[in-house]
Amino acid sequence: MLEIKNLHAKVDGREILNGLDLTLPAGEVHAIMGPNGSGKSTLSYVLAGNEDYEVTEGSITWNGEDLLDMEPDERAAAGVFLAFQYPMEIPGVATMTFLRSAVNAVRKARGEEEFSTPDFLRTVKEKAKQLQIDIEMLRRPLNVGFSGGEKKRNEILQMSLLEPGLCILDETDSGLDIDALRIVSDGVNALRSPERSMLVITHYQRLLNYIVPDRVHVLSQGRVARSGGPELALELEKSGYAEYGQDEASAA
Amino acid sequence: MPAVEETVERVKEIDVDKYKYGFSTDIESVKAPKGLNEDIVRFISAKKEEPEWMLEWRLEAYKRWRTMTEPTWAKVHYPKIDFEDLYYYAAPKSTEGPKSLDEVDPELLRTYEKLGIPLKEQEVLAGVQGAPKVAVDAVFDSVSVVTTFRDELAKAGVIFCSISEAVKDHPDLVKKYLGSVVPVTDNFYATLNSAVFSDGSFVYVPEGVRCPMELSTYFRINAENTGQFERTLIIADKGSYVSYLEGCTAPMRDENQLHAAVVELVALEDAEIKYSTVQNWYPGDAEGKGGVYNFVTKRGDCRGDRSKISWTQVETGSAITWKYPSCILRGHGSRGEFYSIAISNGYQQVDSGTKMIHLGRDTSSRIISKGIAAGFSDNTYRGLVSAHRRATNARNFTCCDSLLIGNRCGAHTVPYIEAKNASATFEHEATTSKISDDQLFYCLSRGLSEEEAVALIVNGFVRDVLQQLPMEFMAETQKLIGISLEGSVG
Ligand SMILES: Nc1ncnc2c1ncn2[C@@H]1O[C@H](COP(=O)(O)OP(=O)(O)OP(=O)(O)O)[C@@H](O)[C@H]1O
Ligand SMILES: [Mg+2]
Repeated sequence: MLEIKNLHAKVDGREILNGLDLTLPAGEVHAIMGPNGSGKSTLSYVLAGNEDYEVTEGSITWNGEDLLDMEPDERAAAGVFLAFQYPMEIPGVATMTFLRSAVNAVRKARGEEEFSTPDFLRTVKEKAKQLQIDIEMLRRPLNVGFSGGEKKRNEILQMSLLEPGLCILDETDSGLDIDALRIVSDGVNALRSPERSMLVITHYQRLLNYIVPDRVHVLSQGRVARSGGPELALELEKSGYAEYGQDEASAA
Repeated sequence: MPAVEETVERVKEIDVDKYKYGFSTDIESVKAPKGLNEDIVRFISAKKEEPEWMLEWRLEAYKRWRTMTEPTWAKVHYPKIDFEDLYYYAAPKSTEGPKSLDEVDPELLRTYEKLGIPLKEQEVLAGVQGAPKVAVDAVFDSVSVVTTFRDELAKAGVIFCSISEAVKDHPDLVKKYLGSVVPVTDNFYATLNSAVFSDGSFVYVPEGVRCPMELSTYFRINAENTGQFERTLIIADKGSYVSYLEGCTAPMRDENQLHAAVVELVALEDAEIKYSTVQNWYPGDAEGKGGVYNFVTKRGDCRGDRSKISWTQVETGSAITWKYPSCILRGHGSRGEFYSIAISNGYQQVDSGTKMIHLGRDTSSRIISKGIAAGFSDNTYRGLVSAHRRATNARNFTCCDSLLIGNRCGAHTVPYIEAKNASATFEHEATTSKISDDQLFYCLSRGLSEEEAVALIVNGFVRDVLQQLPMEFMAETQKLIGISLEGSVG
């Protein structure tokens, strides 16, 4: 379970999150929606431990552990995974090499045995196939020259390899064509389990037709302005965020 | 290439006692008095039982050296070296040095552990008394390799031995080629080396022979060891081919050690020499104390038409590196290549690069340099590409990429280009980049530690050059790169 209480966070001296509360029980999928600049990516970075984002108040616990006390790699080992809105390119590093280093680092940290080469290859091939990723693409340098959609798929491939307990998807649907959206959603749904929590950040109700959330939260000006069931997303699709402009409505 | 594996295998098989005895005679303690004068030169020559002509050659060099002054043009800084305060010949004393592993600096042990060198090897490397001397470094030491493969090489007609042996056993070849690429008077350190050189490798590959295996020499500067003035000479006769790799490490010492080697390569008609270096001399501690001054002259002469010389270097060690493996493209249609990875961390200073001297017609050269600077280090690429008046259609491609880690290091590119022939085509590309915080964060969020992340990103950055190394050394080198960059972030 993820528990965020009264979270305040700053970047470059500017307060972006101010008093965000959120509880995400194990096994649930929560969607986060909200206008551009409302702090959705900021929340995801704070959860993943980006040092540029300074937490000034509040707490985050993950399965009872203080997440704010951990380095990003420790969080990854503890099961936190962020599928980036803008995945990074790393020239010269074959995607396969990167995947393998990441998987083995996390396995090692969790006290599991590292993958042998054949085991790793088999696992990657299997998961890549599910996401309809061409294995040839994985021989190319990480994300370099990948299309927007390919990058996003690659994020989900990493997620399925690392088997995290907390999946944070930051606009994974943006840049995906209609077929890819379905493929990626299937991939995400395949990972749904009673032990796994997911935070799905999106602007579009469309994604939530595929990945049906248990709860929907609207983020506005750095805090949760409203929460509801999946129907909230439908409502937003019609009415937009106008009412969340200046309004500092209390969280659910 | 299986030769390297075979070397490793063979050494595992070497009878420990036999090997230990073989070694102990070598380590009988010998030391010349401090300082340098004619008597010291005579002493060294006598110790090596050299013929008169060799001694004369050394004395000539010595006299010349006395008239020279140290070069100061490189972008490196260090206290003036007192050449009278150095030992020019020293063999290890078995009665000194750390007694047990506990007395060895743990940082050194960790380093070797990470290099994957077994513990016994570590004991030998650190100079521990009484440890079984099953040393990997002994394998890569020129003498052992010669012993291991002498028969096989001899069958092919290849001579591979120490330069001291060559002086005695192959005087005609040595006389003909020694100093023919790097003249005795070439520069301060080369001249010094000519006067006092200790050991190094000699390779002769006869006409039309493709050397049946990789040749490798593993140099070490030991605590009280010799080898600071190595001399290597490789001759590839017409139509022959040889690939040679040298590895270097040194234990940690508080005082700076001077290492001034000279390497000469000669490629005759249609011959090819591939020379790879993995240099990991002790770089000094985190405060910049100690470390090796690596002042090296390496030069290859593409003497014959259509000959080719390729330098690949991975420079991770040394407090100061001053090194420009160069090619003289004398033969028509000859080709020179220089692939370099130079990593500096802590307070290391690197001033390295190459010279491609196009003299013949239709000569071509290629330079790929990857400099990585971290910590407080300074990393300079200095290169010269020149085309002589008669070097019609000379072509060069140069690409210098620098990667900075942190804000306190520096990377500099100093390319010199001289084209005295209008038909020359010289291309130059250069980039400087930084490991971005975003890239690091991305890796970290995938569970990689900061050090793993940096190693991964840097290995990606140097990939083009890594691929030039003999296969067996790629993995080891990748690891080495990771180790050299430890503590470079955060
Ligand atoms: N480094 C920074 N310096 C200054 N402001 C920043 C910085 N990073 C983010 N911000 C600001 O913080 C606010 C929240 O940004 P964030 O990326 O979290 O929004 P978002 O909800 O993810 O928006 P979008 O829907 O467009 O992805 C924005 O106004 C943004 O400009
Ligand atoms: Mg965003």
